[in-house]
Amino acid sequence: MAKEFTLKDQDHESSLIARRVYISAFIILMLITMIISRIFYLTVLQHDHYSTLSKSNRVKITPIPPIRGLIYSRDGVILAENKPTFSLGVIPEQIEDIDETIAQLKKIVSIEESDVERFKKAVKKKRRFENIPLRLNLDKEEVALFAVNRHRFPGVDVVAGLNRYYPLGKKLVHTIGYVARIDDDDVKRLDESNYSGTTHIGKLGIEKSYESLLHGNVGHQQVEVNAQGRVIRVLDRTAPKPGENIHLTIDLSLQQIAIDALENRRGAIVAMDPRNGDVLTFVSSPGYDPNKFVNGIDSKSYNLLLASKDKPLINRVIQGKYPPGSTVKPFMGLIGLENGVRVNSDESWCPGWFSLKGHEHRYRDWKKQGHGHTDLHKAIMQSCDVYFYTLAYELGIDRIFQGMSRFGFGQITGIDIGGEKKALMPSREWKREAIGQAWYPGETLILGIGQGYALVTPLQLAKATATLANKGHIIRPRLVSSTSNSITNEVNALPSHSENKITLSSGAYWDDVITSMKDVVHGIGGTAWRSGLNAEYNFAGKTGTAQVIGIAQDKEYKKEEIAEEFQDHALFIAFAPVEAPRIAIAIIVENGGGGSKTAAPIARKMFDHFMNNRDLISKG
Amino acid sequence: MEEQSLGQRLHIDFPLFFGILVLCIIGLVVIYSAGGQDMNLVYRQAVKLLIALVGMIIIAQLPPAEIARWSFGLYLFGIVLLILVIFYGDVGKGAQRWLDLKIFRFQPSELMKLSVPMMVAFYLADKSLPPRFTRVIAVCVLIAIPVLLIAKQPDLGTALLVAAAGFSVLFIAGISWRFLIIMGGLGAAGAPVLWYLMHDYQKRRVLTFLNPENDPLGAGYHTIQSKIAIGSGGFYGKGWLNGTQSHLEFLPERSTDFIFAVFCEEFGMLGVLFILCIYLFIISRGLYIAINAQDTFGQLLASGLTLTFFVYIFVNMGMVTGQLPVVGVPLPLVSHGGTSMVTLMIGFGIIMAIHTHRRFLSF
Repeated sequence: MAKEFTLKDQDHESSLIARRVYISAFIILMLITMIISRIFYLTVLQHDHYSTLSKSNRVKITPIPPIRGLIYSRDGVILAENKPTFSLGVIPEQIEDIDETIAQLKKIVSIEESDVERFKKAVKKKRRFENIPLRLNLDKEEVALFAVNRHRFPGVDVVAGLNRYYPLGKKLVHTIGYVARIDDDDVKRLDESNYSGTTHIGKLGIEKSYESLLHGNVGHQQVEVNAQGRVIRVLDRTAPKPGENIHLTIDLSLQQIAIDALENRRGAIVAMDPRNGDVLTFVSSPGYDPNKFVNGIDSKSYNLLLASKDKPLINRVIQGKYPPGSTVKPFMGLIGLENGVRVNSDESWCPGWFSLKGHEHRYRDWKKQGHGHTDLHKAIMQSCDVYFYTLAYELGIDRIFQGMSRFGFGQITGIDIGGEKKALMPSREWKREAIGQAWYPGETLILGIGQGYALVTPLQLAKATATLANKGHIIRPRLVSSTSNSITNEVNALPSHSENKITLSSGAYWDDVITSMKDVVHGIGGTAWRSGLNAEYNFAGKTGTAQVIGIAQDKEYKKEEIAEEFQDHALFIAFAPVEAPRIAIAIIVENGGGGSKTAAPIARKMFDHFMNNRDLISKG
Repeated sequence: MEEQSLGQRLHIDFPLFFGILVLCIIGLVVIYSAGGQDMNLVYRQAVKLLIALVGMIIIAQLPPAEIARWSFGLYLFGIVLLILVIFYGDVGKGAQRWLDLKIFRFQPSELMKLSVPMMVAFYLADKSLPPRFTRVIAVCVLIAIPVLLIAKQPDLGTALLVAAAGFSVLFIAGISWRFLIIMGGLGAAGAPVLWYLMHDYQKRRVLTFLNPENDPLGAGYHTIQSKIAIGSGGFYGKGWLNGTQSHLEFLPERSTDFIFAVFCEEFGMLGVLFILCIYLFIISRGLYIAINAQDTFGQLLASGLTLTFFVYIFVNMGMVTGQLPVVGVPLPLVSHGGTSMVTLMIGFGIIMAIHTHRRFLSF
């Protein structure tokens, strides 16, 4: 192929190039127009849209949780406080090798494997710059030790916070309850915006029922954040409204006596002021340490509590259901009087047992040889069973049910904490529905001495006793007497709640029964006469001994032969002073044996304290 | 020979120099804001700028004929370096782009942004124009070798820019429209093949470009935040140092590839119109120089470099405004960074050389 020569035509080529340059310039202008229109679209047409996006990008509203209200006893002792705690916080972003840092930290403060586990879980959920707790509740020594070594640990710091703390621990756990971390169930029912910064919520007792007052209202701050969410500056701030302080009706010294009395026992003691319903003592034994629940109890400890045969988690005062035993007798007596079945002086013959006509079964009296001729006074004083078998038989189940219900048996008391049980006052209707059987006369008899189907809670018994002391004036028990503003200390007294008054056809009936109860402790031959010895004041009481297991017809109840858990419950109800009652008490000592021996002395001790310190206590 | 002007004697084209300087100052101002008002960042950039300006002036002293003579050697040298990168290159951001020269790290692909258009212009300068088919194929091969080597690093953005630089020269040289259309068709057909060859992150970028809202915190984050910055700036902008998107660090790469978003947020549409005027002024000056160049090499190279300059602007702005996929292309003369600055300035040095070494016969 011949080599082709082409002469370069400089002019022609120059104009070709120039043409192409002009074409390029034209294309460039078009493309620039495109860019301008795009910018115009974004900055002018879509400006509002992107402005909003930009603002929501940078401005975040963060909640400021309110400080929870404190709980005080009647005598001003702090029962629930917010304790500054120190935890070891780690900011993952600032640490190169987290495992190495943890290993080094372990040499200074104790860090459990479970701490590390929890920490690593949290790291995955939170953002890199957030402070994540590695160890909670450092003690002072650990804080100091870390402070000295702090320079070695960039990104690790001691973080101060507030932790709910119950200084008296298990002594008041059944009253105050506790707070714990908010769980999924709580989230469903709480006001999410008000709890947006809150980590803990009342789970039980006062902490739960007064949650809305204790919690307060959340505050907010508008902050500017950067892309990592780090707060750059605060734009606006609404302060939170701290929760109200709560003042309990509980008298700590009285509470302590009751706690000591039930040391190592199972049982419940309630004392209340019959005039206004103030619950002075509220003990369910055994208790447990609420502080363990605040930041989550470990499953091992929790299972231990669950499995304990003493059942510490049950609030016996409002949830324990016990056969009332002979403590029902004063009420039965009143019902008998009111219904005209008996007058005070009517006597029954007590040979030591009672049988229904045409039946073989002997209903035994606790006193084998019998009480002989017995009127209401003697029947209550000596707790004669046969008298009340007869009375119950004559009254019949319907009138008993109606009468006992008026005293609140089988009904909740309405106390200001939740979880209360109704226990049981049986009736024909109840038995037909619950058991599907007709009511038998024999069941009426044993109801007369508080056995059979009847079950009461200690609080019901205390409320009924207070009603008796008030001669029919029913008052609802309460645990909180007032609240106070945590900033201004302004006190807001809560009203006490009176319920219906029981009016009897004759006011003398009250005196008949109350005099009998007084002689239970002060009379010769009263079942609790020892407890009334040398008292400087008069009080009235009634012992009770509730059978836990049935004793066969031909067997006798011999304490030594029966395992502790099957021994009788010891009960005692009482109020003082008889003339103008200011305290009513119900005591149940599980498997404590006889009421006169175990329960009544506790009441005496509490009354003695109460009566000797009346000024202190009425201060409230 | 007629009396030479000051510009001619110093071999500096003052209009071009003025435009460049204005852009550089805008760049420093925006970098100060985007970098969190860190004066150190501004100083460092100013030093790089000075070095680049000195480089430009030095290059401008070279007669174009000299530059043409260097073209082939420089091209070969660049290819060798690119091959070396494959074996000895430093790895950064998932790609192997740098050669560690102990004193500084050097990106051979930057060199190719200049040497490819030089080579193409040099090759075509003594051929008759428009180039015949075989020569077009030869030019394509010349372009393809470095482009493929760069794409393999992988650095798709630079590869595309190098290709654009080469083809700009080819376009100015008068390549037939028919050929352009065929190439366009081939490109479209080759797209699936390209997709197959792409790295995962590149695929993700393309997918994200098609629908950024799909992955607002991941791959789509850049584009979304950038659009928010531009849109929220409005017509007048939020004012210098008041851009929240950049200062609160929502905007990534805010002093480098996405500096235009910072500029838009703070200076608004008004600022954009101003900066586009400056760019247009520089481009038109470059094209004016190209048309008035005395030889074909000068004409081809000056216009090729100017067009490449525009491609940078367009790709960067298209990316920042969400019209093009996110490729790592800085905004020329404004973005922070030394390497691209030096390359650009040398390019302008060449353009100035072409313009200021013209000889006029005096009659």
